[in-house]
Amino acid sequence: MASLIHFYTYLPVYIAHLFGFETGPMNYGWAWTFSQVTLIGVFEVVLLVSIAFWILADRKIWAAVQMRRGPNVVGIFGLLQTFADAMKFMFKESIIPAGANKVIFILAPVITTTLAFAGWAVVPLDNGWVVADINVGVLYLFAVSSLGVYGVIMGGWASNSKYPFLAALRSAAQMVSYEVSIGFVIITVLLFAGSLNLSAIVHAQEHGWFAFSILFPMFVIFFISALAETQRPPFDLLEAESELVAGFMVEYSATPFLLYFLGEYVNIILLCAVMSILFLGGWLPPVFWPHDWLPGLTAALYAVPGIIWFMFKIVAMFFMVSMVKTFVPRYRYDQLMRLGWKVFLPISLAWVVVTAAWVQFVRPSWDAFFAPLLGG
Amino acid sequence: MILQAIAFYIFAAILIGSGFMVVTARNPVHSVLFLILAFFNAAALFVLLGAEFLAMILVVVYVGAVAVLFLFVVMMLNVDFAELKKGAKQYLMPGLMVGGLLALELIFVVALRWNFAATAVKGAATPAGISNTAALGHILYTDYIFYFQTAGLILLVAMIGAIVLTLRKRPGVRRQKAGEQVNRTPQQSMEVVDIKPGQGA
Repeated sequence: MASLIHFYTYLPVYIAHLFGFETGPMNYGWAWTFSQVTLIGVFEVVLLVSIAFWILADRKIWAAVQMRRGPNVVGIFGLLQTFADAMKFMFKESIIPAGANKVIFILAPVITTTLAFAGWAVVPLDNGWVVADINVGVLYLFAVSSLGVYGVIMGGWASNSKYPFLAALRSAAQMVSYEVSIGFVIITVLLFAGSLNLSAIVHAQEHGWFAFSILFPMFVIFFISALAETQRPPFDLLEAESELVAGFMVEYSATPFLLYFLGEYVNIILLCAVMSILFLGGWLPPVFWPHDWLPGLTAALYAVPGIIWFMFKIVAMFFMVSMVKTFVPRYRYDQLMRLGWKVFLPISLAWVVVTAAWVQFVRPSWDAFFAPLLGG
Repeated sequence: MILQAIAFYIFAAILIGSGFMVVTARNPVHSVLFLILAFFNAAALFVLLGAEFLAMILVVVYVGAVAVLFLFVVMMLNVDFAELKKGAKQYLMPGLMVGGLLALELIFVVALRWNFAATAVKGAATPAGISNTAALGHILYTDYIFYFQTAGLILLVAMIGAIVLTLRKRPGVRRQKAGEQVNRTPQQSMEVVDIKPGQGA
């Protein structure tokens, strides 16, 4: 980030030098703007291309569990399957139903996709590799994910048909319910890390990931709530193939449908990344011992670029999300609501109190007890 | 600074425009959507002021929760707003008078420092090393702890009140009891019977 700004600041000087005249460095505001635009562009392109392979991985894992081969025709191992699908969607005619509210009908998938991408702005891929290193990163993510519900409601309403509308209400209620417990889980993490900044949360895990502390139950709750929030199986009630047609997306076709699909997967990867940051130490290597115990191994693990560890963690989380889809039967709607309001909400609420008590009363003496042992 | 000033005027213009549309839009759902746009731009103005915590909370609470409820209600009730608005003309004069008075007062208040963008962009005085989240927390949980707790208590009472008002116990309704289901053993629910050939039905 800083080096990118530096690059743009002195770019005019180099160019001027090349053509044999003199000029001053670029002013900070413009250099910042250019570097932000570059970063965002790189993020978008990399994400978009990688989504193609995430979707393929999802289908391949699903196929492997069911002892099928999965997509294997387009490209070697079916690597280009998603691109072929995307082409198919893009070249079809997008049908807007008669009586639909045109503007909102088109706007809804755009909102879903935009929000899914917007969330990535605060995700640190490595130490300092982040588009917007804002103080309230976690809150921003929470805000963006709570807005995701609008894409669903607007799409369902604008279709001007009963089935999408009912499905939209259903899935909106589902997303709103699970956001509550996600909020409380985030609060417990904040209590542990003492900051709302995602990079600071990762740094707070240098001596132990939050998943391996008393926050472990919260990790589990967050994982399940994330499945519900992104409408993944076993909570994919909005498009339960066996009962409904396709939820709020019934009337969508071609590119608008593609946008919904894309937004859904970007959201899933985003939540995998958030889980890795909040509980699995983000870009940190798996060093669970004091850093001076095994200096060689520690140094070797730290020598691997952080982004690789981060990618490993995202892949691991995505693998779990994908496996859940293959072997957990779908929940019924009342069971889903019961789980969200009667199980997760009380547990996470109680855990906020437990965590606060731990941080205030137990952790100081805990740290003092282990400090000599850890050489700190 | 020029970028921030441009941003301020864009957000402020959209905020006022969408606020106007909330009142004038024919379709109530459009009204709510414009309201959401207005909230959004207000949050953006907070960000420009350096109050990022307030901005995010505004989005989470008002856009993420309150406006969703508005949308639910407006979409499902199918209120005929044209009917409601029929008698609105007779309130035109008083409304204009009150609105004009408020606008006049606002103008008097801000007339001395007309340069909004410069004021808005200057930002709050943020001491180094303290994020405004931490600063808000310090104030809320020390100086204003009783007010804060009282507000929380009032909300709790309202919540419990709503639950009590809508709770109804219907006898004879069979509900799923997950605990009982999970605790059921094969012995309780099935019987293995050895049937001799030629017997049984």
